[in-house]
Amino acid sequence: MSIRIKDVEQVAERSRLSFTEEEKEGLKDQLNNILEHVKELDEVKLEGVEPTYNILEVKNVFREDKMKPSMDREEVLMNASDTQNGCFKVPKVVE
Amino acid sequence: MEVYKLTAHEVRDKIKNKEISSKEVTESILIHIEKTDPHIGAYVSIRDEIALKRAKKVDKDIADGKEISDLGGIPMAVKDNICTAGMATTCSSKMLQNFIPPYNATVINKIYEKDSILIGKTNMDEFAMGSSTENSAFKITKNPWDTKRVPGGSSGGSAAAVASGEAFFALGSDTGGSIRQPASFCGLVGLKPTYGLVSRYGLIAYASSLDQIGPITKDVEDCALVMNAIAGYDSMDSTSANYKKVDYKKSLVKDVKGLKIGIAKEYFEEGIDYDVKKQVLASIEIFKSLGAEVEEVSLPHTKYALSAYYIIASCECSSNFARFDGIRYGFRAQGYENIKDLFIKNRTEGFGDEVKRRIMLGTYALSAGYYDQYYHKALKIRTLIKRDFDRAFEKFDLLITPTAPTTAFKIGEKTKDTLHMHMSDICTVPVNIAGVPAMSIPCGFKDGLPIGMQIIGNYFDESTILRAAYTFEKNTNYHKERPNRR
Repeated sequence: MSIRIKDVEQVAERSRLSFTEEEKEGLKDQLNNILEHVKELDEVKLEGVEPTYNILEVKNVFREDKMKPSMDREEVLMNASDTQNGCFKVPKVVE
Repeated sequence: MEVYKLTAHEVRDKIKNKEISSKEVTESILIHIEKTDPHIGAYVSIRDEIALKRAKKVDKDIADGKEISDLGGIPMAVKDNICTAGMATTCSSKMLQNFIPPYNATVINKIYEKDSILIGKTNMDEFAMGSSTENSAFKITKNPWDTKRVPGGSSGGSAAAVASGEAFFALGSDTGGSIRQPASFCGLVGLKPTYGLVSRYGLIAYASSLDQIGPITKDVEDCALVMNAIAGYDSMDSTSANYKKVDYKKSLVKDVKGLKIGIAKEYFEEGIDYDVKKQVLASIEIFKSLGAEVEEVSLPHTKYALSAYYIIASCECSSNFARFDGIRYGFRAQGYENIKDLFIKNRTEGFGDEVKRRIMLGTYALSAGYYDQYYHKALKIRTLIKRDFDRAFEKFDLLITPTAPTTAFKIGEKTKDTLHMHMSDICTVPVNIAGVPAMSIPCGFKDGLPIGMQIIGNYFDESTILRAAYTFEKNTNYHKERPNRR
């Protein structure tokens, strides 16, 4: 099954991206090309093969719950385009 | 003698013998950058005043009789996806054009502890997505061996800086070959360490299960010095490996007798340039003549690595990149209707085409109903690729392959097609998927352009790679060649 314009629009919506009609056409073709290429994986027998998420065998890494200073508030807010009262400011989220 | 042509360890010796001061070295490099970088475009930002201040402090320490480290007082460069406190870290993206990190990556703290002089941040493919450094939002970096050609990527700025003498060494990051391929194209030594050996804290993530920071240097000895500085466990990185501390300088041994080297046959098949193949095979003969035992070995799942990489990298990217909303940091668009519209505008205007393409592919592949078909399947392929390596390392100490299928290609040659561009990563990608370490070292030239040989080692066995690479270097002169810009 190949990707249609409708799919491109749906994925764009989920990705919080927008595209012109021309870009959508281009993306549709490019994504289909790539998915066509990765179809070669279907020829590999994978019964009984476990997925490898991480090559290291580490699980649930915790560190000691020790208090230490946080980053400086001013420095953290320095990169935000809009701040107020020492907080990040965003447009209204709840009606 | 031009200082910029020296290696880091040669500069170290001169500084320690008081033949030259760190301030003099730093000044001469800054002057060299001013003359050279307009033709190369390796740097996106330079910190000359702070660099000079740090250099003067090293000189004072030396005058006070303090012991300085192997990298003390030596000017170096850092890829612009590694966070530097108070110094812009852009990922060569409009999204982070004005981003000033409030903290240092762990590797930066480690480099500062060794008193290295961070000269500036280097250009890259946007968010490390690309293989040529043409995909930067700011500029195209050129290959110092031939300025009509790419330096490779995505750490192309770091490689070009070292190759042109604009830094004595540099840090890069490698997700699918982004240290080794540019090292190969620029005639340098580039190491992707074992996944987890070097902390990723402060490396702006592209694909978290593949990314790894590593050195780009002029020779193998310098590589060992940088690895001594940056390797080690870090509690700030939950994927950091708690591995015993190794002194990589001890691996600088001129001896490969009895070392078992496998010629990974799938890496010499279609798509590899005839002369590249010939030169790498000739280099393997050198190892043989020095007493290594060489035999062919098969890693049958190699051909699936690129497809698996495509899926794993895109999926992890789409997840990682959800953080770029333009609220706490990053590009902020003008004029919007509501918060969702603001997110969309920030991301659409802030990201370049290749980044958007990979976010789209990853989001699609992770969508309900497709997860098993793509991501899960790719992770199973990863298991098989890892098993290929595990089996090979039961018998062999090292595997040798070309680093890239060709020498540096022309600027603009591969920009039309993302699949075509990815073909230059076919030899490097399997290594990231398995997580093993691998190094590219110069092993010859074709029409005046460097050829790279990839030496792959077993997990956490960087030492054996360094030993073989050092022995090769001591028996050849390729690493001594420096580009005469054309």
